[in-house]
Amino acid sequence: MKTVAQRPQSLTEVKTHYCPGCTHGIIHRIVAECMDDMNMRENAIGICPVGCAVLAYDYFNFDMLEAAHGRAPAIATGIKRILPDRCIFTYQGDGDLASIGMGEIVHASARSENITVIFVNNSIYGMTGGQMAPTTLLGQVTTTSPYGRKKEDTGFPVRMAELLATNEGSAYISRVAVNNPANVIKAKKSIKKAFQTQMNGLGFSMVEILSTCPTNWGLGPVEALEWLENNMIPYYPLGEFKVKEA
Amino acid sequence: MDRVLMKGNEALAEGALIGGCVAFFGYPITPSSEIAEYMARKFPLLGGTFVQAESELAAINMVYGGASTGARVMTASSGPGISLKSEGISFIAEAELPCLIVNVSRGGPGLGGIQPAQSDYYQATRGGGHGDYHIIVLAPSSVQEMMDFAITAFDLADKHRTPVMIMAEGTLGQMMEPVEVRPKVTEFVDKPWAIGGCKGRKPNIVNTLHLDPDFLEYRNHVLAQKYASIKAQEPRAENFMTEDADLVVVAFGLMSRIVKKAIIEVRKQGYKVGLIRPITLWPFPAEPISQAAEKAKLFLSVEISMGQMIDDVRLAVNGRAPVEFYGRIGMVPSPEEIGREIMAVAQKEGLK
Amino acid sequence: MSSEQQVLFAGFGGQGVLSMGKFLTHAAMGVGKNVSWLPAYGAEMRGGTANCLVTISDGEIYSPLTENPATAIILNRPSLDRFESKIKPNGTLIMNTSLIDRPPVRKDLCIFQMPVNQIADEHGGSKIANMILLGACIQKMTLVTVEQTLSLFELIFAGKKPGVIDKNKEAFLFGVDYAARNW
Repeated sequence: MKTVAQRPQSLTEVKTHYCPGCTHGIIHRIVAECMDDMNMRENAIGICPVGCAVLAYDYFNFDMLEAAHGRAPAIATGIKRILPDRCIFTYQGDGDLASIGMGEIVHASARSENITVIFVNNSIYGMTGGQMAPTTLLGQVTTTSPYGRKKEDTGFPVRMAELLATNEGSAYISRVAVNNPANVIKAKKSIKKAFQTQMNGLGFSMVEILSTCPTNWGLGPVEALEWLENNMIPYYPLGEFKVKEA
Repeated sequence: MDRVLMKGNEALAEGALIGGCVAFFGYPITPSSEIAEYMARKFPLLGGTFVQAESELAAINMVYGGASTGARVMTASSGPGISLKSEGISFIAEAELPCLIVNVSRGGPGLGGIQPAQSDYYQATRGGGHGDYHIIVLAPSSVQEMMDFAITAFDLADKHRTPVMIMAEGTLGQMMEPVEVRPKVTEFVDKPWAIGGCKGRKPNIVNTLHLDPDFLEYRNHVLAQKYASIKAQEPRAENFMTEDADLVVVAFGLMSRIVKKAIIEVRKQGYKVGLIRPITLWPFPAEPISQAAEKAKLFLSVEISMGQMIDDVRLAVNGRAPVEFYGRIGMVPSPEEIGREIMAVAQKEGLK
Repeated sequence: MSSEQQVLFAGFGGQGVLSMGKFLTHAAMGVGKNVSWLPAYGAEMRGGTANCLVTISDGEIYSPLTENPATAIILNRPSLDRFESKIKPNGTLIMNTSLIDRPPVRKDLCIFQMPVNQIADEHGGSKIANMILLGACIQKMTLVTVEQTLSLFELIFAGKKPGVIDKNKEAFLFGVDYAARNW
């Protein structure tokens, strides 16, 4: 019998703790498939965040490191400078990357660190119970914007892909979404391109992935995918914002 | 007055509002996030300020700014976040600005766990950051005290011009108990040192840099005098069944209540056990412990840590009796477990 | 201290276990008792374990936690596995047989069973499952009376739409009736 689909080698068999409908599952899978496709599992080092993916070191089947909140790009720098031929990536959420880690991510990109950043943007803080994120949309209700985010009070959501694309040090910056099969395929292609950028030594790469958080959005899994399409994609356009060719 | 069932974190937040807090700056972290969420709901309705800072580091600096205007401001966090705040707390202490810092404490070190702990004792009572300074540290043991201590903290902060920390185990932040809601504070001290525009007065400066070595030493002496004054006026402790106690347990926070329950059961077995519960962790209430050391034959420090407060207990006992330790990490021990330990220690020392 | 009673509610995260405990805590406070409600849960937003301990006393409550609750209300199998051995000798075990696929091992406990999920599906949906079980528990235990609890519904559910209160009262009384007939 021919095998037509199987669990990627780069994923362990540990059952994940993610909520029903959470897109971390999809993202873990396509990252792992890229590692398998590119034959990089034994060369890979991942750094997981403080957030729902804090236990990602149990789910990926290669060397993994836990980082303090927001510090993953700095930790990645420390590793890559010493082991430049490895494939180093960080896996971060909106609190980790765009809030407390804003300094670290901007400077990793400015210094053109040869690392890849997988940025999971679901415009809310999942693990800590649904607080506002820098990526929370105007009008969106969260536990720390209980009356809806107001620009007079907390300004505007941050577009990280565009922001980092302005740095000369950024070599590949893209934004994708995982709300339907076509987009998932595109997302995987983009992640592969990001890893390729790193392995070609071209500089800093990041793929921002628009994702859902059904539990804290208060929606069912399917409704959450629709909410992403109708609300997030208009504000966070998909596409490639920086592409440095070899 | 009617009782309201409240979560510890929310009682603390409400207490701060009762105490006149006008601004909260903080970042979500388990198990303290409910304080931020409560303030996010209330301040827009009351006309105060809620800011979810980009990090705990930013938050403590927002507190520094807010406090320098003379306003009653606060932040709340847990272990890793308090560590980030250490630089800021050192600055605030030197600048002699009043403020409230809440640590709803969890296990460490590192990312640790989300279970309650008391292992930030050293960090809290030895300053936490760089330089010679202290902050007042209060340890509540009930949801009512979460509210009451928030009010007291602002009064102490303003009275002594110093940061005050409330340190409560995570469980205390999460549990619910009935609370008598206190009346609003209406009297506030004048703050002529505050910045806010120098109309009608000479400009005020808030700074902590003192390049002249003599002046730096002078500033340290000023602070030391303040801390001596706080040590003279503000230590607080509770004595529980210590009058005839051979064995005195020392424990703070929610842990102290578990110990009380254990003591009640253990006394039924004929052991003469009592508890001294520090309410201020800094200034540490050495006096009641020293007095108890005149009669007691043994002290037992019970902490949710690997043993930090025991150092201060030993200092207060000053060699007059042995000081033993019992602790757990990652959980609050049950009264049954503490009871067994008390009896084991007492038997070992031949006390019955 | 002998007036103090402790009740453990245990199930999985998202099952409403913590709310059940809160309801009982509110009710006991409403009749003038000293109360405390202590939650315990894992880091996951869903799944994982959740339990809470409710302490009710006429006197001061020193410890809001205990190793050995006198009464345990268990909603799923992993919670039974975890807590059965911890219940006080001769204590009370109330269990949700819809999600527990083995009988209790202990012989000394007073055991009451209800297929909560099945009954809830037949009588109004899973949202009121907990209320049905609560009605049965309060009917059986001697912490607060059914009458006292009913009189507190408006207070406990303050702010919710009138339809919600009625629906919950109905479910509650269904559970009361179930316990009266079966336990």
